[in-house]
Amino acid sequence: MLKGMMKTKLFWPIIVLILILVINLFFDRSFFSIELRNGHLTGSLIDILNRGAPLILISIGMTLVIATKGIDLSVGSIIAMSGAIGAMTVADTASEGSGPLWMAIGLSLIICLVVGGWNGLLVSRVGVQPIVATLILMVAGRGIAQLITGGQITTVYYEPYSFIGGGYLLTLPFSVFIVAFVFLMAVLLTRKTALGLFIESVGSNADASRLAGINSKNIMLMVYMFSGLCAGVAGLILSSNVMSADGNNAGLWFELDAILAVVIGGTSLMGGRFYLMGTVIGALIIQSLTTTIYSIGVPAETNLVVKALVVLVVCLLQSAEFRRKVFGIGKVKPTGEQKGREGVTLS
Amino acid sequence: MAQQLAKLEMKNIVKEFPGVKALSDVQLSLYPGEVHALMGENGAGKSTLIKVLTGVYSIDQGTVTLEGKQVSINSPLKAQELGISTVYQEVNLCSNLSVTENIFIGREIKKYGRLAWKEMNQHAEKLLERLQLNIDVTKLLSSYSVAIQQMVAIARALNVSAKILILDEPTSSLDRDEVQQLFAVMRQLKKDGLAIVFVSHFLDQIYEITDRLTVLRNGEWIGEYKTEAIDRMELVSKMIGKDLAELEAISSKTTDISQSDTLESMLQANEVGLNGKISPFDLELRKGEIYGLAGLLGSGRTEMARVLFGADKADKGKMTINGKDVHFTTPRSAILNKIGFCSENRKTEGIIPELTVRENMILAIQSVYGWFRYLSRAKQMKIAEEYIQLLNIRPANPEQLIKNLSGGNQQKVMLARWLVTNPDLLILDEPTRGIDIGAKTEIMKLMTHLSKENKSILFISSEIEEILRTCDRIAVLRDRKKVQEFDNDRELTQQDLMKEMAGGM
Repeated sequence: MLKGMMKTKLFWPIIVLILILVINLFFDRSFFSIELRNGHLTGSLIDILNRGAPLILISIGMTLVIATKGIDLSVGSIIAMSGAIGAMTVADTASEGSGPLWMAIGLSLIICLVVGGWNGLLVSRVGVQPIVATLILMVAGRGIAQLITGGQITTVYYEPYSFIGGGYLLTLPFSVFIVAFVFLMAVLLTRKTALGLFIESVGSNADASRLAGINSKNIMLMVYMFSGLCAGVAGLILSSNVMSADGNNAGLWFELDAILAVVIGGTSLMGGRFYLMGTVIGALIIQSLTTTIYSIGVPAETNLVVKALVVLVVCLLQSAEFRRKVFGIGKVKPTGEQKGREGVTLS
Repeated sequence: MAQQLAKLEMKNIVKEFPGVKALSDVQLSLYPGEVHALMGENGAGKSTLIKVLTGVYSIDQGTVTLEGKQVSINSPLKAQELGISTVYQEVNLCSNLSVTENIFIGREIKKYGRLAWKEMNQHAEKLLERLQLNIDVTKLLSSYSVAIQQMVAIARALNVSAKILILDEPTSSLDRDEVQQLFAVMRQLKKDGLAIVFVSHFLDQIYEITDRLTVLRNGEWIGEYKTEAIDRMELVSKMIGKDLAELEAISSKTTDISQSDTLESMLQANEVGLNGKISPFDLELRKGEIYGLAGLLGSGRTEMARVLFGADKADKGKMTINGKDVHFTTPRSAILNKIGFCSENRKTEGIIPELTVRENMILAIQSVYGWFRYLSRAKQMKIAEEYIQLLNIRPANPEQLIKNLSGGNQQKVMLARWLVTNPDLLILDEPTRGIDIGAKTEIMKLMTHLSKENKSILFISSEIEEILRTCDRIAVLRDRKKVQEFDNDRELTQQDLMKEMAGGM
């Protein structure tokens, strides 16, 4: 039973997540308690979920991109763009109606789809390497965000806008519902249709996939558009949460956290198999780590070092080779040996 | 030879992997100055034995004696130190480095702490001269043909003052002349006292170059024979463990071509061509016929197939299928017109390594269905199990990652991928390359079976004899041009085809 569990990609990330949460308990007895206040559930766990929402969202998009052997460095900048567009659209509105809200959401999401498509076109049609193609937008996107906001932090006074990132529904933060919805859609689309198979196939061997009749180019285009969309939603949540547009700092370095979350979740940067649930856990690990570091009073300047150390531990734990050498457990699956049983040498 | 001290003795070698006994009680002895063939089907244990010999795997039981001394080869490095060098089936060199760099990588010559390029280049040239090869060693490896890359791999192996040279299917991607060139080199090395282990699926080559052979089957040692003392049928029956009668029945099979002319036309190509790849050609494929493309490597066989399949877009000419005009811009458009294409490059254009056997099999049919009509898991399993059984794929586990299968079994999965789509025309580019006789006969049988079901097959093979045996009509290509078309009647001989392939005779 335990052995079977250890084989799944999710085992070690879950263990680490639980460990991080339990460590908190030593510093804060009430860490796991959740109370109902003014009809809102509050508590550290809810907090982690709520604050982690943007990261989870872009990590889901990033997972599919990475599964096609790509990478999307531009998500942080798209967050800034989306937030800027959303906030600036409603910045001068004082009304209470929901019209401007839909306008802001629609406008920023459409633009995020378009810029995601731009990434996708560069990668799939022009043949630019993903890291370069998205690096272009990483730089350009933040520039555009700064142009939109005029380099200032603009505050929004339009009340309905705060609902996206700060509202509550059925006692839970609304952002949690957004994440759940996007996650479910991603799972349904990739696992209940053949899309997931095609993505994994393209990521594992794009040439062979084309010869098998898969439209590899469109698959790639789509994952970048989806990643852009996810970043757009994340940007709206972040900007709505603070009721302002900040082209300079919104979403800064988020792309790196997202890549980390994907890797922690068990998806290989070499493309192929992807694990959406793993990614969500990976993102939660990163978020709870950040929360923990603040809450247990680790000096702020050691923050990044501690984070790096934990990520290193997770990655090492995931390596079967490492586990075998250090603990002598979880014997390496002999795939590497069996494949050599006859004939082929696979590099 | 028997009195001579064996250079290498492997006795009672046992190697187990979880759940599989890859080698049980296997022997191998090598003498200086001999070419020794390692024979067996896919999965017989040849590669495992080679990996044991080269220190990739450690043995569970048994002894290895090198020049009278017992040794334990526990790492590839140790094997190299002992003078055991290997050239693998698929050239594993770095194509974006120069020839010299490839030969010296990992053991560069240094002078005053800096790389001595001049010496290395000179040394590389000398090594290659020994192989009768005169090339610019400073050029990138990728600028040379596969055959030359193979020679570079051998040169690299020889660089470590090798005593034992293992050539694992070195000829599978070489054409006739290149094979001869390789054999000349092998004979030279033999004279120098090297022991050469040679693995090949081509029986002709085995009989041409080897002195002795060891047969393995299912990880067991079947025997060691003098090559000249064992005839082909006997050898083959030892390898596959089937009786002779059954084999003869397969190999003497000739297609009934008398009715070929009356068959209905399926695909017609008029002056179809692609600049720089294949000169414009006319081609008619009929329903229920097997049409062969013969030609040397680089003669345009593959290019022709790729154009027909839409893998490369034709820039001239017209194609019709069942009388309907078609223009393929992508493989997808060809697949939707019920054409299947098994590429000759299984590794780069065939398998999806990270996916399972099941997923690899359903990929083409699923791409025809599109995303939303996703085959249910139960249907996928049914398809996978059916074809695993039909094609006798081993291991018979649909959830195994395809990269863990042997070459022959991967090839069968590729065939299954197309059979599932029930194509009207199946293009098979070297489907029998690098796979064992058992799998080969199964594939040939399957082709005949399909043609009886009124499917057309375009069959490309380097083995003229295979083409002659299975095809109804045969086109010969030379210099990227279709030069001749034959009806395969009883008068047609290998010589006729070869004359056309070589040209100018």
